[in-house]
Amino acid sequence: MAYLTTHPDVVPVISFRFGKGATSIDKYLELDGYKAVQKAIGMGPDAIIAEMKASNLRGRGGAGFPAGMKWSFVPKHSDKPKYILVNGDESEPATCKDRLIFEHDPHSVIEGVIIAGLAVGAKMGFIYLRGEYRYLLKIMEKAIEDAYARGFLGKNIFGSGLDFDAISHTGAGAYEVGEESALMESLEGKRGIPRIRPPFPAVVGLYGGPTVINNAETLATVPHIIRMGGAEYAKLGTERNGGTRLFCLSGHVEKPGVYELPMGYNLKKMIYDVGGGIPGGKKLKAVVPGGSSTPILTPDEIDIGMDFDQVAKAGSMLGSGGVVVLDETVCMVEFALRTMKFYRHESCGWCIPCREGTDWLEKSLTRIHLGGGVDKDIDNIRYLAENMLGRTFCPLGDAAAMPTIAFVQKFRKEFEDHLDGKGCPYAKHEELVGA
Amino acid sequence: MATETIFSPELAARFDKLVTLYPLRRSALVPMLLYAQDEVGYLSDAVIAEVAARIGIQESDVHSVLSYYSMLRTKPAGKFNVQVCTNICCMLRGGNELFEHCSKRLGIGQKGVTPDGVFSLEEVECIGACSWAPAVQINYDFHENLTPESMDKILDEYREKAGK
Repeated sequence: MAYLTTHPDVVPVISFRFGKGATSIDKYLELDGYKAVQKAIGMGPDAIIAEMKASNLRGRGGAGFPAGMKWSFVPKHSDKPKYILVNGDESEPATCKDRLIFEHDPHSVIEGVIIAGLAVGAKMGFIYLRGEYRYLLKIMEKAIEDAYARGFLGKNIFGSGLDFDAISHTGAGAYEVGEESALMESLEGKRGIPRIRPPFPAVVGLYGGPTVINNAETLATVPHIIRMGGAEYAKLGTERNGGTRLFCLSGHVEKPGVYELPMGYNLKKMIYDVGGGIPGGKKLKAVVPGGSSTPILTPDEIDIGMDFDQVAKAGSMLGSGGVVVLDETVCMVEFALRTMKFYRHESCGWCIPCREGTDWLEKSLTRIHLGGGVDKDIDNIRYLAENMLGRTFCPLGDAAAMPTIAFVQKFRKEFEDHLDGKGCPYAKHEELVGA
Repeated sequence: MATETIFSPELAARFDKLVTLYPLRRSALVPMLLYAQDEVGYLSDAVIAEVAARIGIQESDVHSVLSYYSMLRTKPAGKFNVQVCTNICCMLRGGNELFEHCSKRLGIGQKGVTPDGVFSLEEVECIGACSWAPAVQINYDFHENLTPESMDKILDEYREKAGK
């Protein structure tokens, strides 16, 4: 049901098996599947990690941490079993890419998990999917079953003398669980409340054992890196930002869709060329470059390459690759409010700055949007958001605060236009519906 | 596990196996609750009691976990739970209007259930269909690139399925 959209600039690495029936293990094998893991068995842990470091692959979940580096933090010797955990709790608004991987190429995730296991000495992997992705869980379960039947999972995989087990696991609706320590809590059958770090999961993770936690896209990329070589993969992208990634284009563009493009691809080109521009001849107002938690960019800020460093330089984040395009008709206060409503709903309530901050921010934004706001509200919003930054155990507080600061900073006039009973100049809705 | 179960033999067998797959039994808790809800319709006291017994934890522990997850419910929903996403990407492409449309059409509001028990309505957060917005999930099925007209057709199909 979810599909990749084509464009001449698409570079199919992760997506090269999409739409080719690779959910079937035979088709996957025919398309060079499970060759990388056999190569990796021959290479040994140090060489795998060296390839990963050479690839400049940075975490596709949002933070962009170098994957090879993350793996190298796992201690060689551990009294407790080590684990690989796939984060497929894809929940950041604007992000719908992992869905395609699970739907079209589930074996690449399994193969990536096994290779990660070989690299760090883990013998078990968990593939965690968000609860809403039930049809994908079924695809994943079947893929795992097939891999066991062929001896690619279980005892003595590929006759190597090494054992590796993998299971898929479902969540039940929680954005917060996409945060790595909350993800472990959830997998252990608890509320998805983040853990205090240090210790980091690479040292003390799942069931107390050293754990590698990677986004599903990150792990699905691993077999391709081993197959083509880290240096070759790195060349597809920009400096320190290797390869390609799945960008999810959404909002006011002619051709929304998921596109695999090289890291560093120009954002303006992505909107106007790949996405076909803004429908109805309307003007561009703003762009959210990497999922709802990333600070919004104005039209004069989008002539940038989409890699972690260049977007950071522009004052935002590449995040999870969700690019949301807003045309001139969007009310920024309403957009800010809807964003905050989400974070208020998803805050787990453990840290006070996040629990209270998101609630007050939603209330203040609602008041402004409905026309009951006063001048001081605007400064208060900024003050509240700035005081959440860096003061919570997990990044959810930051994820709520960062975009809010940018909304107020870059579109202050629009907030002011709502004040003193004037209400929303863009009013389409009486008020936001629902809880 | 005890021979007495409120679940179907298939689900009971699945649960017997599920708790053995993980290094810790409790890891099976969240999937178990969701699968039980799929079969029973909601997490009744009887479901919670049996799940707690199967895992070997207190019922209050189960309550504490289930209240965290937005998909888990302790009250029945409609046979078809219509979940309309109104998060940013869907909002930009008519998600709010779609929710209002469904609300009028079904005659129920947020988390309401139609008197015949066929439909319930829920405004939900991002469901991962951002590039195909606006989107709705009915139970686990995705419906994407919707308009009020295509939504009506889909609701009609589900009503037909329910035989009402």
